Amino acid sequence: MTVLVLLEPRCKLTDSNLTTVSAAARLARRLGVELHAVWPGKKVEDQLALLAGLGIRCLHSVEDGVLPQFSHEAWVPFLADLARFLETRLIVAPSSALGKAWCAALAARLGAELVQDCTALEAAGDGTPLVEKPLYAGKIVAALRLVDSPALVTLRPNTVPLERTGEETPDIQFHSIPASNGLCIIQDVVWFAAGTVELAEARVVVAGGRGLGGPENWPLLRDLCDVLGAALGASRAVVDAGWIDQAHQVGQTGKTVSPDLYIACGISGTIQHLAGMRRAGKVVAINKDPAAEIFRHCDYGIVGDLHEVVPALTRELKARRQPVA
Amino acid sequence: MIKICVLVKSVPDTASMPGISEDGRSVVVEDLDYVLNPFDEYAIEAAVQLKELHGAELTAVSLGGERASQALRSAFAMGINNGVLVRAPVATEMSGRGAAVCLAAALREMAPDLILAGKQAVDDDGAQVAERIAEHLGFAHASAVNHLEVKETSLTVKRVFEGGYMVLELPLPALVTTEKGINEPRYPALPQILKARRKPIDEFMVSEPVASLALGWEVESLTVPCPERRRQLLDDNVAAGTAQLADLLRQEFLS
Ligand SMILES: Cc1cc2nc3c(=O)[nH]c(=O)nc-3n(C[C@H](O)[C@H](O)[C@H](O)COP(=O)(O)OP(=O)(O)OC[C@H]3O[C@@H](n4cnc5c(N)ncnc54)[C@H](O)[C@@H]3O)c2cc1C
Ligand SMILES: Nc1ncnc2c1ncn2[C@@H]1O[C@H](COP(=O)(O)O)[C@@H](O)[C@H]1O
Repeated sequence: MTVLVLLEPRCKLTDSNLTTVSAAARLARRLGVELHAVWPGKKVEDQLALLAGLGIRCLHSVEDGVLPQFSHEAWVPFLADLARFLETRLIVAPSSALGKAWCAALAARLGAELVQDCTALEAAGDGTPLVEKPLYAGKIVAALRLVDSPALVTLRPNTVPLERTGEETPDIQFHSIPASNGLCIIQDVVWFAAGTVELAEARVVVAGGRGLGGPENWPLLRDLCDVLGAALGASRAVVDAGWIDQAHQVGQTGKTVSPDLYIACGISGTIQHLAGMRRAGKVVAINKDPAAEIFRHCDYGIVGDLHEVVPALTRELKARRQPVA
Repeated sequence: MIKICVLVKSVPDTASMPGISEDGRSVVVEDLDYVLNPFDEYAIEAAVQLKELHGAELTAVSLGGERASQALRSAFAMGINNGVLVRAPVATEMSGRGAAVCLAAALREMAPDLILAGKQAVDDDGAQVAERIAEHLGFAHASAVNHLEVKETSLTVKRVFEGGYMVLELPLPALVTTEKGINEPRYPALPQILKARRKPIDEFMVSEPVASLALGWEVESLTVPCPERRRQLLDDNVAAGTAQLADLLRQEFLS
């Protein structure tokens, strides 16, 4: 029996991949079984340093890599065969767009249950995998025991801790994937500029709503993002108004974020917005209306005009920066 | 003429609060207001636009009981011509795995060229029923699509993910799930809503062995999380308030 992690690297191995490995490693230890992982990209050797000490016994790599020229038709059957061969009890992946789509297709092939977007993975008293799954926009949280084997789970970024013990690196095993029957043709893969902080994985998010007044005022929030190393979020109202791209939307029909710190600027705090940021560590609200709902869901609030408060906060934070040694 | 099926689901309105049963093992959803899953509105609008552009036969498909037929009526009002209610003979609780098996049984007989579904249903954010159906039917598929063009025998889609996107060409038959941004759903006027109420709905009964797939997980507990927020309002003088906040943030995060 094994536990199997699907790495989903995009440009590089993100923190959400590494914490997913950590959560899976803890479960594998509890079950007393080996942890294996699958690397879909090129140059598996270059990943070893990042994956050292995370508890992976064996890393499965596809010779030429399937990403970025990723083909579902080749990749998913390969994963299904590997999972069967390894007698996998549990398959774990980050709950990214690709991670979720692979797992849904893989679950169908294996006839297995899948719980997407979990916020915790542990072992129950008898060793059965136990996951925490938010339902109804996070208004209810279910603890589910995955009694069927195999089962699949995807884990939300920033919800499980990273644990590294020692320097041990995994063994590598190379596989080749038979040429696919070519259902889809990938015409193009485009990566946005590297260096921007990915919203779903950011540790700090600064988000703007209709209170911003217009798209010309984003620089106020972007400056605050820069001092905090934050990603920029937005309410649906401003996405619908065309002030910013949909990729920035936080909420029920946007992204779910769980940063350590969420700063809501000029956002009223409707239930659909709260659905996307309810699990943030600390919430700061800046709003000119003292009766705004967001103040009932924040740790710290400032009642005031964001056009004054935000630049002042940026200045105060800059003034408190540790001098670079 | 190309045949398109759109998968639609009724979900509790987000503003409503589901309860927890006394034994703590199930969610009480009976008294809530139900709406069409917002992501399914994009799938319906995409289907209607394809029909306007190329001509197409559109059928909405929903699995469930009375509530599922409400979803079909909402789809009619938005411009879908036909509706199929998929019923399972046993009233067992179903996960995404079971729902996909039942829907796939119906869709296999309907043999559409294209299936459109939402990216996820916002009740349990399952994010899997559609992809599972595609795998069961052997259809090419793409998730979270925000641009779509249909050609003679294929489909070009733009599929978004964190940090990028890809452009794919899928041969028909295919399945696509829709992401926000693909279109702006047009909401129906009253006469269309009234007409939708009288439209006949076809039924497809799933055979018992197919529908009786047991759940592969058990509910250990259900809880209503109440994150303890401090709700502390800082000085509303801008200089004083922001200085206070900057100190707090530095202490708690930036040390
Ligand atoms: C099915 C469905 C799905 C939805 N999904 C989402 C979603 O994913 N994400 C989402 O965000 N919404 C979503 N919504 C929309 C949601 O209901 C709200 O309409 C939206 O969140 C409001 O955005 P807002 O807070 O920016 O705007 P508003 O509600 O208009 O609030 C603006 C706030 O800014 C404050 N303000 C104004 N001027 C200033 C100033 N100068 N300084 C400081 N504060 C100021 C005001 O006091 C007010 O509180 C959804 C709705 C539905 C029906
Ligand atoms: N009971 C159902 N009947 C019809 N379509 C469904 C049903 N459940 C899910 N779907 C479709 O599958 C999509 C994804 O659902 P889910 O996997 O539950 O998040 C939804 O947006 C619908 O298009």
